[in-house]
This record gives sequence, C-alpha cells and structure tokens, in this order.
Amino acid sequence: LALLPFPVSAAVEDAVTEFTGGTEPGEGGVELNAPEIAENGNTVPVEVSAPGASAILLLAAGNPEPVVATFNFGPMAGSQTASTRIRLAKTQDVIAIAKLEDGSFARTTKNVKVTIGGCGG
Amino acid sequence: MDNVKPRVKVPSKASAGESVTIKTLISHPMESGQRKDKDGNVIPEHIIDRFTATFNGETIIDVAMEPAISTNPYFEFQAKVPESGTFTFTWHDQDGDVYEETGEITVG
Repeated sequence: LALLPFPVSAAVEDAVTEFTGGTEPGEGGVELNAPEIAENGNTVPVEVSAPGASAILLLAAGNPEPVVATFNFGPMAGSQTASTRIRLAKTQDVIAIAKLEDGSFARTTKNVKVTIGGCGG
Repeated sequence: MDNVKPRVKVPSKASAGESVTIKTLISHPMESGQRKDKDGNVIPEHIIDRFTATFNGETIIDVAMEPAISTNPYFEFQAKVPESGTFTFTWHDQDGDVYEETGEITVG
C-alpha cells in the first residue's frame, strides 16, 4: 500500500467529531479487544463492548480510510457488544468510541502491531 | 452480485428473557478500492455497506460498514429473546442487491 498524501490524524479527528458532534469523549465505559500482534492484517479479530451504549464507532487510525464500522444497537440487543474481523494496513492504533446511555461519549485505543499489512495489496 | 452466500448460526431453543449469541458470515470479496490489478489500474471498490439483524421486526444491531471490514464479513453479537420468533438478517450490497437470511427460535 502506498502512503497517501492527506494527513491521517485529521481524517481520524473529522470522523470522531462527526460521531460525537464535538463532545470530548471521556475515559472508561467502552472496551476494545484486539490482538497485540496481528500476523495477517487482512483479517484481524476485534471486539467492541460498551454497556448501555446506543452506538460504537470503530476506527483504524493508520488505514487510508480510518472509519471501519459503526455499530448501532437496537432494543433487542442482548448486550452492547459486537465482534468482527477488520483490515489493518500497518501497525497502528485502533480506536473505539461509544455513545453511552446518558448521551456522553467514551473513547479507548489499542495499538496493534501488524506483521503483514492488510490493504488487500 | 452472484454467488453471495449468507450463513448464520442461531440457537433453535432458549429460555424466556435469555440472551443468545448469534454468528453471521457472508461470502463477499469486500473489494476495498485500494488494490491494483496487474496492469496497475485501481480495482473499483465493491463492498457490503450495511448489515442489520432484527428479531420479530425489532432491531438487534445495525452496522454501517466500510472497506476495512475483511473479506467474507463476520459478525458476532447477542440478542434478547423474550418470546419465540424469527430472526431476520440483511446485508446491503453497494450494487443495490440485498441478501437475506432468517432463523427461527423457540422459547420454552
């Protein structure tokens, strides 16, 4: 994967602001499980969890497009937890931001070391 | 898109009010739009961009998906089952196709 010209951190912050409406996320209330080392960046298992949350935004800060997915939980959700498999282009921070029951936001970050980048290249 | 096969794992029985674990997988390339073919041309993005799961018509989870979701998108989550009923799972392809799968559960 070639390096792209735009500043990635700005893209991340734009996505966060769009999700939070500019509210500064706090600590605690959201969990992100991801491996410390992912041998294959094409398929990295991750789990997000935030009790009572209505939505969780998942970001890969070092990907060419940082937004990975937004999980919206409905009334029939048994828990506000979801697992999936994602692509990570290189070693980077994976970020989860949850919209909590009281309308506040929580943010957590986990660094994942990627052995073989998964940009589909 | 042809040859897209959804698979879901839903328990057939539960007790009232229990939360059950659901696993879903669908065969799809999730072409990211970042790859190039052997002539150096970008292969156009072609993904499933939304997945929903409902129970008796009410939402369990509704996921907005981007190209960073891996090939053959997989989701695992939990659902409440207050009564017997039907799970409906839908995957929305960018090309306009919708793939659907259902599962029945009996609450006793």
